[in-house]
Amino acid sequence: MDSGEWDVLIAHFLGVDHCGHKHGPHHPEMAKKLSQMDQVIQGLIERLENDTLLVVAGDHGMTMNGDHGGDSELEVSAALFLYSPTALFPTAPPEEPEVIPQVSLVPTLALLLGLPIPFGNIGEVMTELFSGGHGSHPQASALAQVSALHINAQQVSRFLHAYSAATQDLQVKELHQLQKLFSKASASYQQLLQNPQEAGASLRTLTAELQQFLRGARAICLESWARFSLVRMAGGAALLAAACFLCLLASQLAVSPGFPFRPLLLTPVAWGLTWAMLYAGLSVTTGSKVDSVVLGAVAAAGSLPPFLWKVWANWGSTRPLVPLLPAPLPVLLLLLTRLATFFSDSFVVAEARATPFLLCSLILFLVAHLHWEDQLLQPKLLTVPRLGSSAPTGPPRHSGTYALRLGIGLLLCTRLSGLFHRCPEETPACHSSPWLSPLASMVGGQAKNLWYGACVGALVALLVVVRLWLRRYGNLKSPEPPVLFVRWGLPLMVLGTAAYWALASGADEAPPRLRALVAGASVMLPRAVMGLAASGLMLLLWRPVTVLVKAGAGASRTRTILTPFSGPPTSQADLDYVVPQIYRHMQEEFQGRLERTRTQGPVTVAAYQLGSVYSAAMVTALILLAFPLLLLHVERVSLVFLLLFLQSFLLLHLLAAGTSVTTTGPFVVLWQAVSAWALLANQTFYSTGHQPVFSAIHWHAAFVGFPDGHDSSTWLPALLVGANTFASHILFAVGCPLLLLWPFLCESQGPRKRQQLPGCEAEARARPEEEREEPLMEMRLRDAPHHFNAALLQLGLKYLFVLGVQILACALAASILRRHLMVWKVFAPKFIFEAIGFIVSSVGLLLGIALVMRVDGAVSSWFRRLVLAQQR
Amino acid sequence: MKDTDIKRLLYSNLLCVFSVFLSVFIPSLFLDNFSILETHLTWLCTCSTSVTGVNLLLHLVVKPNVSSRRSSLSHKVSRVLKCCIYFLLSCFFLHIIFVLYGAPLIELVLETFLFAVILSTFTTVPCLCLLGPNLKAWLRVFSRNGVTSIWENSLQITTISSFIGAWLGAFPIPLDWERPWQVWPISCTLGATFGYVAGLVSSPLWIYWNRKQLTYKSN
Repeated sequence: MDSGEWDVLIAHFLGVDHCGHKHGPHHPEMAKKLSQMDQVIQGLIERLENDTLLVVAGDHGMTMNGDHGGDSELEVSAALFLYSPTALFPTAPPEEPEVIPQVSLVPTLALLLGLPIPFGNIGEVMTELFSGGHGSHPQASALAQVSALHINAQQVSRFLHAYSAATQDLQVKELHQLQKLFSKASASYQQLLQNPQEAGASLRTLTAELQQFLRGARAICLESWARFSLVRMAGGAALLAAACFLCLLASQLAVSPGFPFRPLLLTPVAWGLTWAMLYAGLSVTTGSKVDSVVLGAVAAAGSLPPFLWKVWANWGSTRPLVPLLPAPLPVLLLLLTRLATFFSDSFVVAEARATPFLLCSLILFLVAHLHWEDQLLQPKLLTVPRLGSSAPTGPPRHSGTYALRLGIGLLLCTRLSGLFHRCPEETPACHSSPWLSPLASMVGGQAKNLWYGACVGALVALLVVVRLWLRRYGNLKSPEPPVLFVRWGLPLMVLGTAAYWALASGADEAPPRLRALVAGASVMLPRAVMGLAASGLMLLLWRPVTVLVKAGAGASRTRTILTPFSGPPTSQADLDYVVPQIYRHMQEEFQGRLERTRTQGPVTVAAYQLGSVYSAAMVTALILLAFPLLLLHVERVSLVFLLLFLQSFLLLHLLAAGTSVTTTGPFVVLWQAVSAWALLANQTFYSTGHQPVFSAIHWHAAFVGFPDGHDSSTWLPALLVGANTFASHILFAVGCPLLLLWPFLCESQGPRKRQQLPGCEAEARARPEEEREEPLMEMRLRDAPHHFNAALLQLGLKYLFVLGVQILACALAASILRRHLMVWKVFAPKFIFEAIGFIVSSVGLLLGIALVMRVDGAVSSWFRRLVLAQQR
Repeated sequence: MKDTDIKRLLYSNLLCVFSVFLSVFIPSLFLDNFSILETHLTWLCTCSTSVTGVNLLLHLVVKPNVSSRRSSLSHKVSRVLKCCIYFLLSCFFLHIIFVLYGAPLIELVLETFLFAVILSTFTTVPCLCLLGPNLKAWLRVFSRNGVTSIWENSLQITTISSFIGAWLGAFPIPLDWERPWQVWPISCTLGATFGYVAGLVSSPLWIYWNRKQLTYKSN
């Protein structure tokens, strides 16, 4: 300060704030702190020059506890102290000084420093400071004050003009009035400048007018900005809650036999449209503007009542009162805990740690629950009540250590993926994982090469895992195009990704001659990988049935009966088998019933692969989706993607161990399964290096495949960044039907063994048993198409409910805590991310269910073709 | 099941509660500056030893289970050794579970391990005292309809409530209250202790209230 080489000095004393938080305003410590501050200010004043202004301002007050952040009188009022060695004010300051808004400091200090007032300012200059001091002439000082006010008013008027042109959320009428006021004041100011002699009264009115303008401008801005529409908040929350309730209700009712599927779609849409048109017509006739938000809300609210009415009407008469939430109490409590955490800013900030904690708890609960229930029925007893002969021959479906091993594996994967953790802002104790930076930013060749190797290893492992899985269920043998794509296209994608990473991480080390080549390759490679993935998905949609039909359809039909018995029938068992087959064959030929052909399933070799036809398509789709998403992340996140697949695999096995397979429906997906799935999705969101704040968005994803940026299109970069941010939402939502399919997949180990040894004696003996049992594994689902549909609907609704309750909690937190200090920093971004994630998840869920239904349709037509070929 | 059994259970449980309180007050007689929060590790050790001691004492005096037929010295020694190994194994197992749950791997290793020790004291030691080193019996007790006496029922309740207490103890850690007990693993150990005490107190009461419904297979 003594050097004199400064224009502005800013000092911030944190001690008072800290002391207030710790002890409160009325503590002796506080008195000590305040007298210490007094001494500091006294020392400062003694050293002030004559042309210096000392401004002491508190940035906020405090409550009786010493806290702040709310909008109470105590918290928003702070002291303001102005001092200069030369006299500032023309008269003695009043005993009770007026309250000055904090925003007024900006224009005052700017003008005093001789700087232009910042564009966005809506404060009002403190006129007293422009009076020119004690000795100046009253008229001259009044003129100086008016000039300062006029500069300020000009700036505010310019801001209002620009702002209202850009947003149109200010009140038009009042804005117009203000503009009129300003032009009038401007005119009189010009007049005043031309003949300054006849001042006096006109000066005073001009000051009043300008001040009135400035205050009016501030008032309309405040009204428009710091305004919360409580009605809309309550309406939105009610609508969300009603939708969640609807999901819950429908998911419980979907399993009941007479559930109307078709009216469920059309009637609400019709009602919603009717209400929307009514509202639009009403607002047009009354002449008010049609608000799209209200329009949507009216349509949504209008579509709800008919369904609820129908349920209400049917409730008492036909159905017994179903318990609404048949989830086990601990799972329910866990979900409630999770919802409650959205209301605490600490927990939202720490959610990246809290979600794995809850997930681990749920996993351990599942393991313990399995053990707890298992003892009720001894492992061997468990299989007896089930129909069919598959179970008693095999070992017990799950021993105690099996579930425990799955659980420990899951915990290990969760912990490992927790290592990829990005810290939220302003958490000094937290350290972001260094593994979330791209490899290109690493120095040191050896470590870089090792990491690159690990990443490529993760890619290859991902590929191998999927191939092994498909081979295990036999689908890899099919000559269908999607399987061929998995065999040859996926390695190509891995190769492309690895090459792209090599180029991206080592771009600086490339020799200058190859620069052009490298640049071209880093454009083409990601696009090629994405194109391959898209074509793979197209192939999958085109021919989703991945079963093995060795020759043409016609030949396969004859062979399927004859192949296992090419040799002479050697035993009674063989004869027992052949005769009914021939009988059934003839019977079907006579009857020609096209749609009841599933009984032929076990006859063919292909039937074994049919057992996993749905999940094979799902897994293929997931891996095809995962590769482009992987490409959008930094290299080392590929390890997280590998962990993700392992985790979901283990979780599905664990959940399948706890689900009993019923032969003839109704099929249900348990609440704990859906909750665990949603938790896993959320955990993956964090472990792929994301946080629900805008500063943590991975913008670099927009430049993958487009290193030179996008010219003018905004949707493509938005799509890329969105896919990067919501990758886990997409993957888990699309993979949601696996929750339904997996128990059927895990049901039987027997057919696999038999399928590996086609045509041998063991198989021939195993068959008669199986023939009695008829369709296996996922073919059970085709057995009861109504239950299959109902289960899919129920699964989707349950997942939507779990996500919807989350978004409801986020919305409630953001609206209830709208005056909280952290609302714009924590709650509102969380709500926005959750809402977009919900939309992405719903679309993904629809796509996943649509894929299953497409496979279903394709399987039906496949059967039909088989039968037609047989009839010829 | 008689009321005297429940009474005995209540008294022995109260003795265990008393041992927990004792571990809070006794060390302050010998040590300066002793407090649960400041010298947390010391308290963990004393609490663990006193609870183990009282449990052993109860096991020797009350003997709720039928002692095994063979009672040769070598058998006894091997049994005790086995118990020690089981206890250590359970400590390591719990430590691993804590790390998997998100506890730091390298920093605060001693704290984490002592938390594992105290949780083992609340859960494994009563199991060892009551059931012996017999994993099958443990698994039986912790399953539906698996308990065969009020002692096992009480064991079930106290163990589960200790685990739940430790689990709930993790919740205050992320909050920004800046209290000294919000540090890993203090809140968890305190939670486990409260859970254990609550289980000890509530289990005889619960058994007393449900004594009509409770029927044990072999009793």
